Amino acid sequence: MTNQLRGKAAIVGTGHAGFGEAHGLTAYEIMAQAALAALGDAGLKLNAVDGLFCTMMEDSMPALMAAEYLGIRPRFVEGTMTGGSSFVNYLTSATMALEAGLCDVALIVYGSNQRTASGKLVTVSRPPPYEAPYNPRYPISAYALAAARHMHEFGTTREQLADVAVAARGWAQQNPEAFERGPLTQEQVLSARMVCDPLSVRDCCLVTDGGGAVVLVRAERAKDFPKPPVYVLGSAAESAHRQISQMPDFTVTAARESGQRAFAAAGVKPADIDVVELYDAFTINTILFLEDLGFCKKGEGGTFVEGGRIAPGGVLPVNTNGGGLSCVHPGMYGIFTIIEAARQIRGDAPGLQIKDVNLALAHGNGGVLTSQVTAILGSAATL
Amino acid sequence: METTGHPDKMFRNGLAEGRIILPKCRSCGKFHFFPRLVCPHCHAMEFAWHPVSGRGEIHTTTVVRQKPEHGGDYNICMVELEEGVRMMSRVEGLAPQEVKIGMVVTAYVGEAAGGAAVLCKPAEG
Repeated sequence: MTNQLRGKAAIVGTGHAGFGEAHGLTAYEIMAQAALAALGDAGLKLNAVDGLFCTMMEDSMPALMAAEYLGIRPRFVEGTMTGGSSFVNYLTSATMALEAGLCDVALIVYGSNQRTASGKLVTVSRPPPYEAPYNPRYPISAYALAAARHMHEFGTTREQLADVAVAARGWAQQNPEAFERGPLTQEQVLSARMVCDPLSVRDCCLVTDGGGAVVLVRAERAKDFPKPPVYVLGSAAESAHRQISQMPDFTVTAARESGQRAFAAAGVKPADIDVVELYDAFTINTILFLEDLGFCKKGEGGTFVEGGRIAPGGVLPVNTNGGGLSCVHPGMYGIFTIIEAARQIRGDAPGLQIKDVNLALAHGNGGVLTSQVTAILGSAATL
Repeated sequence: METTGHPDKMFRNGLAEGRIILPKCRSCGKFHFFPRLVCPHCHAMEFAWHPVSGRGEIHTTTVVRQKPEHGGDYNICMVELEEGVRMMSRVEGLAPQEVKIGMVVTAYVGEAAGGAAVLCKPAEG
């Protein structure tokens, strides 16, 4: 499979803001802080941005609100809303727009104040009409239905789900930027308040404030910036359903297809990947995505994550910042998979830096296991 | 029953009459749910509507935990009907924790959230 876009664009700046609790700040203020941090990282000013890739959980036209807030008049605007996967999805559209000359500096950005503003997940979605009468609690009921089926078919256990949360906490404890850094044991996850069987409150991602941003330019000028460029080697998406009741197979996500195409585009395979950043809204996500992306066989994800195998010092570094489970989860987490993957490649990860990272995978999930987007990022050595 | 141009209304009218009726594609022969203008299996647009048998199996299930003062725990499940479609539902007549994957149930029209809706009960015998 040829990929005309392989390595054509590079991340030259990353930034974040408002992690945890950003008291008194609006979502747009956090968004702007993240944008300015990423531009500062790239040595650029706001007036250089002519491509804006943004969605938020605030308005029906959040990208336009963001452009107005930042005082820019982008000539390319992308605001496709595929949930938390949107930002990984924008890596594809930003690369396309840069390569086609439709913009020269692409800013992908997000911000939310949902923890201090409301304390719970904010959504502008309407309840699905054929599900609403049964009063599911979104999004957790959807993930609980998938987890229950996975346990039934493959013998996956609550202990294995808990190991995902414990591993994420292990990484977060080494990351000064992470929100939840206290001790967490498998027993604590198992005995935590049940929310939606089989998921306890410790199987769920955090609800925090936070914003993130990355800046991309065409590869030909990427070496002119202060930080080592991180190239987009391949990115691919697949959408399988919208409502959980329409999920074709509750144990298989569209990450199988998005992953296969992203790996093919990048010309690499799972065994080549040095660090893996997955959208872990719930503990079952990590297991599903490790299987569907090819890091283990279908049904073996539970065994794969057991006993610290994806924790610091394990066999595969997964969610090295602590993930949505322990680092940050401001409604949509996708942008942070990109930021952590890029920083691991650059060698300036905020927590545990893995040695000699050349290839990193960032995987975004949107909706209720709905939209799956996989990106493979690489250092200059991988071009 | 023949095709109508209002599949959502057709289904809801069925529920209002106490019947679960679903569209079956005249081209590929498969049922689908939720009802729509285009067959999600083969994209054909002609359907015959049939009442379902009600025989089904719990495909997956969860208990939404809720404080007793707010109504207590309740079940949410996906039921797979023998016609080959899955839909969200709730099992009645059983503690929510007792609902298990693989359980054989009977789907019927009951009431949920103030309207007619497909509910399930453990199959008899």
